[in-house]
Amino acid sequence: MKLRTLLMGAIAMTALAPAAMAERGSDGNVSIIYWQAPSILNPFLSGGTKDVESSSLILEPLARYNPQGELIPWLVDEIPTVANGGVSADLTSITWKITPGILWSDGTPFTSADVKFTWEYCTHPEGGCAQLSKFDGVSAVETPDDLTVVVKFDQPKPFPYGPFVGGESPIIQAAQFADCMGARAPECTEQNFNPIGTGAFKVVEFKPNDVITLEANPNYRDPAKPAFATMTFKGGGDATAAGRAVMETGEFDYAWNLQLAPDVIAQMQAGGKGTPIAGFGPLVERIHLNWTNPSPSLPEGERSTEKHPHPFLRDPAVYKAMSMAIDRPLLVEIGYGQAGRVTCNLVPAPEAINSDTFTCDQQDIEGAKAMLEAAGWVDSNGDGVREKDGVELKVLYQTSTNAVRQDFQALIKQWWEEIGIQTELRNVNASVFFGGDPGSPDTFQKFYADVQMYANTFNGTDAQAYMGDQVCGTAPRPDTQWQGANISRFCMPEYDALYETLTKTADAAERASITRQLNDMYVENGGVIPLVHRGRLSAHSNTLGGVVLNVWDTELWNAADWFRKEGS
Amino acid sequence: MLTFTIRRLVLAVPTLLFISLVIFLLLELAPGDPMAQVPLTVPPEVKEKMREALGLGQPWPIRYWKWLVQFFWIEPQVLIDWMFGTTFSANDLRVISWQTRSPVMDIVIQRMPQTLWVVGTAYLVGILIALPIGIYSAYRQYSWFDNAGTFVTMVGFSVPPFFSGVLVIVIFSVQLGWFPSIYDTTHRVTDWDSFVVQLQQMIMPVMVLALQITSQMSRFMRASMLDNLNQDYVRTARAKGLRERTVVLVHVLRNSMIPVITVIAIGIPSIFGGAIITEQVFKVNGIGQLLITAIEANDLPMVQTLTFIFAVLIVLFNLIADVLYGILDPRIRYD
Amino acid sequence: MTEPVPATPVPPKGVVEAIPTRPPRSQWAEVWQQLKSHKGAMTGAFLFVFIILAVMVGPLIWRVDPQFLPQGRDFINLRDTRPIYTALWDSGAKVNWNHPLGTDNLGRDTLARLLSGGRVSIAVGLTAMVLSIFLGTLIGVVAGYFKRLDGPLMRLTDLFFALPLLPLILVAALLFRESLSASFGPEGGVFILIVALIGVTSWMQTARIVRGDVLALKEREFILAARSVGTSPFKLMVRHLLPNVLSPIMVSATLGIATAIITESALSFLGFGFPPDFPTWGRLLNDSVDRMVLYPERVLWPGILISLTVLSVNYLGDGLRDALDPRIRGR
Repeated sequence: MKLRTLLMGAIAMTALAPAAMAERGSDGNVSIIYWQAPSILNPFLSGGTKDVESSSLILEPLARYNPQGELIPWLVDEIPTVANGGVSADLTSITWKITPGILWSDGTPFTSADVKFTWEYCTHPEGGCAQLSKFDGVSAVETPDDLTVVVKFDQPKPFPYGPFVGGESPIIQAAQFADCMGARAPECTEQNFNPIGTGAFKVVEFKPNDVITLEANPNYRDPAKPAFATMTFKGGGDATAAGRAVMETGEFDYAWNLQLAPDVIAQMQAGGKGTPIAGFGPLVERIHLNWTNPSPSLPEGERSTEKHPHPFLRDPAVYKAMSMAIDRPLLVEIGYGQAGRVTCNLVPAPEAINSDTFTCDQQDIEGAKAMLEAAGWVDSNGDGVREKDGVELKVLYQTSTNAVRQDFQALIKQWWEEIGIQTELRNVNASVFFGGDPGSPDTFQKFYADVQMYANTFNGTDAQAYMGDQVCGTAPRPDTQWQGANISRFCMPEYDALYETLTKTADAAERASITRQLNDMYVENGGVIPLVHRGRLSAHSNTLGGVVLNVWDTELWNAADWFRKEGS
Repeated sequence: MLTFTIRRLVLAVPTLLFISLVIFLLLELAPGDPMAQVPLTVPPEVKEKMREALGLGQPWPIRYWKWLVQFFWIEPQVLIDWMFGTTFSANDLRVISWQTRSPVMDIVIQRMPQTLWVVGTAYLVGILIALPIGIYSAYRQYSWFDNAGTFVTMVGFSVPPFFSGVLVIVIFSVQLGWFPSIYDTTHRVTDWDSFVVQLQQMIMPVMVLALQITSQMSRFMRASMLDNLNQDYVRTARAKGLRERTVVLVHVLRNSMIPVITVIAIGIPSIFGGAIITEQVFKVNGIGQLLITAIEANDLPMVQTLTFIFAVLIVLFNLIADVLYGILDPRIRYD
Repeated sequence: MTEPVPATPVPPKGVVEAIPTRPPRSQWAEVWQQLKSHKGAMTGAFLFVFIILAVMVGPLIWRVDPQFLPQGRDFINLRDTRPIYTALWDSGAKVNWNHPLGTDNLGRDTLARLLSGGRVSIAVGLTAMVLSIFLGTLIGVVAGYFKRLDGPLMRLTDLFFALPLLPLILVAALLFRESLSASFGPEGGVFILIVALIGVTSWMQTARIVRGDVLALKEREFILAARSVGTSPFKLMVRHLLPNVLSPIMVSATLGIATAIITESALSFLGFGFPPDFPTWGRLLNDSVDRMVLYPERVLWPGILISLTVLSVNYLGDGLRDALDPRIRGR
């Protein structure tokens, strides 16, 4: 049955694909639903995934990542490398050659001046640009001629593909945004809602936080694309409703990021109108261990800071036992299904930097108990909780509110209590948990809990900045207004030294090897307990062809290639 | 009554200013961060810069004062400009949402049609069904009609819209395929066919909302009618030989309306406030959805403005209710 | 016009059959007599007592830990069990006599969760309702009776109407959660916080309604009569005004229970309420909506229980109202 459907699908694809690619606008309307509604179409002013992805239909970068995580030229002829002379030998500049003949949707030519302007726009000190970190280390952007862009760095940049690469760093039109620099950026409502781009579609009407109506860009570089004349981009609701609209009622063609339990997805798929698709980036659901003491008895300002190390979580026996007690394959099955894999690493992808040092796909409750026993953690008073030197193994386990996370909490609590670690659960509203309000005790930066669970990832395929999050001195603390990326308060001089080496290494294989070592160091020394390598699960209707899920760039990266399958 | 109304309207100004201050301080105190929805891949320093660009660095009295000026001075100018084509408000900074970086009032106006269509209709339908049910249930207390009504309204009120909404979607959209599960806010009613489409997409949210409104209203109507049906003046009216219809629908009804008027007056501002959960379930994306997304994104100017408009309507409609009490029962005196 | 005061020890004159044929009895005995013969009230009371008993005593009889997750192979075998009655029409259904109402997607026993969830839901529903009705009635009566307090109290009501609930909850949780859980334990603290929040944010409608009724009532002759014999304002309010505004209060109370139970689930869902593994009816309902088609029982049972509780309180309230009305008492 399944095989037959598959075969039929394949036949339909090959038979109909060429016919469908006949001409621009021949396939009518395509509709997309994002359960988070886009608020603005200028990705530099928001940074929210929904805004970055919706604007990627209109605005494009010079180069993108393909679904395999490789760089592909997009508005340029080729990817500059040291080998082809595009990257200078000292690694301080990169030269992009723009493909001739590219037009903005208003018919004016796309030039290097636009690229330079985009850099100036984003790095304006008063602009508050969300993608500022993409331009880290850029000292100048030069435009020797209309089709050449030279990006200069203030020091050797082993990985120079930050600026103007990927969905987060697209090019905006200089003519349109000239008056919107810096503090004036928020006043340009018209520009922010209707940006002129080089992408396959252009905005007809933008209703913030609700719906975007788009139409095919008449000046798109490929005259045969896009196949769709118009596009409706609806936002709002919840993931369940979005999945239902694509897979059960067939009202929509594409639903983004369906973070739902696998049995719910399977039941929707039985509706027969759509298909879920999954892809794996470096997103990992993990439990961070607090290296510092979060006890409420400590004075405010010292709680969860380096002044007070955690009473027991630094003991390898404890965190290793906690990790061993977890049945990761079960977590995957309950929570993510086809969109999850067991992982023991902080960096599970791309494959080159995925370490194979650890195995953790077997739950070992007895082993965990023995390990605690051997380390002197015994339950001497018979209350089911182990203790040593008067310290009881009691943890507060917090996470953000989300059905799957609450299921994980319940399961993991049961396993930990089995090995004698008493667990108290707490869930926090996501907008508080991930918000950085220094006045709130519930943010993940403050970490007023012993362990906390959430997911994190990095953009693109280079993990350097991601690994840099774990160096000493970057922990959130009162004098940084509780800002900082080192959530676990992990601190190891050896790690910092190795990270320093990474920032100076250019050779790809060498970089991969260092990244793997950093990953192992972090996991081995109890910064984190990785749980699940999470994929992105989206769904498309059975009549929509050409969808290729891309987790390294925006999901809508190839919307120009989408077409309507006939007869299916 | 007129002096009372005028006095209350004058008093409403300081009241509203005070309410706006309380709301502002509440939002200020509430933990939250407009950067909460920005992915973790954006480094903390960049987030800090973005916060500064939103004006978050300034102390709260300055921000409150700015909001007051923008809302009470600049926004009316924009309205005048829009009506008469003048340019008073040129170059003035309006109340700007943090999420969309666009004027809050523009979005509010954009959201009004769908909220009025759906929530307004549901409210009207709810009242139209609730009043007759309430009256007849009380008139025939403990009849099978009353008992059935009690059962349906109580179950209707106990079932939250996050469940009843999904239930009707599963039945009518997924199984039967009669109605769309997602409301299309770009739909324009131009002719009969498009009106039918509009009806189809409205019917489920209206149904779910009207059930809640009917349940509540009919209970109050019934209770209030019951209180009055046994009063002596009813017997007097009957003794005078008035027709039963006149006794019930004129004498009793008029005297029973005070609680019902109160409930309706409280409810009308909530039409504006939208129905947060129902709008979310059916993706109506009206004012309710605007408010909840703004709260989740910690878009303080948006939340402040929406709540304040809501407060104005509440003060206004409670005043109207007070005036109506005086008309329904001339013995009520305020001066 | 006779004064409709239930406090009168003699049967009201209006009732023709009320020629004393038996010795006079106290008012409350009369009320009880009337309530006993009220079919609806008795059904409601029976149902209500049954539900309360079930959730209080039930967990002592059905001794399954609602938070227990089966381990290892059991987990796969026991998760997603259907209620035993599904075997009647679906012989292939996965049922288990150890779990008469089935299990959830993590293998937790549904019956145990319903029972222990009911404890919290009913406690929260009733307490929050009582608090909200008390506040609403107090403010309504005082505002309606004292002209000078009317303005300030009603403006306060306007203010509370206008306050956005979610930020209010955030602030309250921020300010009070730690200190409350320090003095009352984590669950007690959360309970007090939730009840107080729901109560404090839902009294306004009752207050407006009661005030509206009191405004009309206090101009009636019987109030004038009571005042002229020197009844103190407090007595006047309690003995003369309050009984006459009882029916809208009863309605508010019944509706209030349902609202409180649902609001609790919303609060817990957002992470301001009980810990995530702590079942309540609203939460069970909320968590199961996604799987409504495959496992209808998971939404039906909590839904039915909430509705039944509200219905039983409603009928009880109806009967009480009738019994307290001297004009229909004894009919």
